[in-house]
Amino acid sequence: MRKNLKLLLAGAAFTLAGAASAHAEDLTIFWAEWDPANYLQELVNEYAAESGDTITVETTPWSDFQTKTFAEFNAHGDAYDMVVGDSQWLGAGATQGHYVDLTDFFNANKLNDVMAPATVKYYAEYPGGSGKYWAIPLEGDAVGWAYRKDWFEDPKEKEAFKAKYGYDLAIPETYAQLRDIAEFFYRPDEKKYGVAIYTDNSYDAMAMGVESAIFSYGGELGDYATYKVDGIINSKEAVAGLEMYKELYKFTPPGWGKTFFIEDNQAITEGLSAMSMNFFAFFPPLVNKSTNPNADVTGFFANPAGPDGKRFAALGGQGISIVSYSKKQEASKKFLEWFIKDSTQKRWAELGGYTASQAVLKSPEFQNATPYNKAFYDTMFMVKDFWATPEYAEILDQFNQNIYPYVVGNKGTAQEALDKTAKDWTATFNKYNRYSN
Amino acid sequence: MTSVATKMDSLARPAQRRGLSDLGIRNLFIIPTVLFLIVFNIFPLIYSLGYSFTDFSASANAPANFVGLRNYRELLGDENIWANFVITAKYVIISVSGQMIVGFGLALLLNRTFPMKGLVTTLLLLPMMMSAAVVGLFWKLLYDPSWGIINYALGLGDFAWLSNPDAALFAIAITDIWMWAPFVMLLSLAGLSAVPKYLYEAAAIDRAGTWYTFRRITLPLVAPILLIALIFRTMEAFKTFDIAYIMSTQPTTEVIAIRLYKQAFQQWDTGKSCALAYIVLIMVLAITNIYVKYLNKVKER
Repeated sequence: MRKNLKLLLAGAAFTLAGAASAHAEDLTIFWAEWDPANYLQELVNEYAAESGDTITVETTPWSDFQTKTFAEFNAHGDAYDMVVGDSQWLGAGATQGHYVDLTDFFNANKLNDVMAPATVKYYAEYPGGSGKYWAIPLEGDAVGWAYRKDWFEDPKEKEAFKAKYGYDLAIPETYAQLRDIAEFFYRPDEKKYGVAIYTDNSYDAMAMGVESAIFSYGGELGDYATYKVDGIINSKEAVAGLEMYKELYKFTPPGWGKTFFIEDNQAITEGLSAMSMNFFAFFPPLVNKSTNPNADVTGFFANPAGPDGKRFAALGGQGISIVSYSKKQEASKKFLEWFIKDSTQKRWAELGGYTASQAVLKSPEFQNATPYNKAFYDTMFMVKDFWATPEYAEILDQFNQNIYPYVVGNKGTAQEALDKTAKDWTATFNKYNRYSN
Repeated sequence: MTSVATKMDSLARPAQRRGLSDLGIRNLFIIPTVLFLIVFNIFPLIYSLGYSFTDFSASANAPANFVGLRNYRELLGDENIWANFVITAKYVIISVSGQMIVGFGLALLLNRTFPMKGLVTTLLLLPMMMSAAVVGLFWKLLYDPSWGIINYALGLGDFAWLSNPDAALFAIAITDIWMWAPFVMLLSLAGLSAVPKYLYEAAAIDRAGTWYTFRRITLPLVAPILLIALIFRTMEAFKTFDIAYIMSTQPTTEVIAIRLYKQAFQQWDTGKSCALAYIVLIMVLAITNIYVKYLNKVKER
């Protein structure tokens, strides 16, 4: 028995040694648990067939994606060779030495021209405008909306809507219209509700929803270059945006106090609400009949404009970075070289990934591939992102602490919530000496 | 490993075959335990005490700077932290008193012979055998206003337990009561069955009323064990994290452990988190000490 075991171990050792001598590497990519990660696994399997290097996409639920990644980074662990990190992590990844500097790689491959400008700006470059790159845009994403076409197109509803609001019921062009439609369809006695929005404050869900409104209302979260926040995050425009978000909360299904993509998709699949906010990458299950009984009657639109016609959406999505503690950085670079090829990017889009490659995005095949790709394309040219400073987790937590009681708990006013945010943020930036230079 | 060593020992010294000597027990069990405690408990405890006086951040490459008592001063002057402590206190009071009442009540009901008593007791113990994360996820479904069974059964319509800032803490406390009342029940049951029957017989002969018997015989004799249950549950409730973290993200349910977690593992403010952990530790120690003093007094009687 024991002898057998020894033989087995020896065999295993030989196999390992053999594998090493052939220079085939086992690479690990870390990402959050969602459909795009499965698409990426399919894509890298094709790379394995070509190169001999095998790649595993390891995932963890969104709620502890950040914690787990940074726990590994802080321990300088080499469990992951590459990580598909959130755009807000760039600051921490770059300044704290977790990410490998990809500037040369970026310039050599002219990725500035290959990838959509917004994705380069928010997924790859840090600090903004510095020309230093830390990631390759992998999955483009932004906040969009799904809606119930059948409810919108019902002649009776159309007539009643026109009578009540004086204009035609259609895809909302502005937040004000979106609010009217939400109010119109809010019928608790029929178990129908107006709109589903993000309210989960455990990570960035609620912040993404709120900032979408603030950006469209012409507000900003602050000056990312000078760290000035007072007078910006609590400006008239930002306050109006937050007030609108709170207004929308009134028309959500009951118990809508801790909701993210799962709940917002459920609002459509369970026939609960007329419209639902979500990141585009979460839309595939909505067009799939086996996961959404209302798939045939679900439509999509881009984030509406504010009162001045300004139109923006919160950026989601991630770039892929090489972890500086990995022992297989060369093999990882080789993979990235393959990944940025036009043919790979095309294949990535076919599998369901949201490529950031301009050529693919602009192609009619891509735009007509799904009911939401066109809205996605429109959105990717009007995105803005949250802070990407190394202390963004603190900033995010303070934002959540101030806006959540106002939106969900009905406490205080939008002005108070954002004034407090400006105060907290200034204190935090002071703590990190952001104003000293 | 251990069993092999034991065997070898006994083979080498046939005279001691009957059992291990005191020295053997010390070498085999106590020394490893003490070493384990030192490496994994005492050492981190002291190490983190050192960190609590620095501005160390585990995610930054910068070395830790000594900042004296600044972390403690900032934490104790932070109104948000105090709000977290108030929430924690509310939670401890609601959930522990609920557990004591429900648990002791159940024990009184079970403290008699009836058919299938063993089965009923076992079934009642099931909640505390489950993982807190699973319990939290299930109760989230039960509380759901759209398809949850609680609102359906109580006819509450679409009352949103977990989205309502005032109700959420109660909802979590109820879940905790459901999960841990059986623990109090189990301890109380042990205490109740240890009360000598002749005392009740004597009371019956003296025609003492039910309430009088309960107050003068049952309660004093079960009190020490009830206090032990109280100590355990208070300590646990004070550091509650999992159920509250899973069920709600309301600021009104952010107990101190959640704040600590966010500070330590989302913001990586390691120095300050160590300080906060120490403040929590001192509080728990203080509360436990009061209980233990009281327990000793009760035992003396």
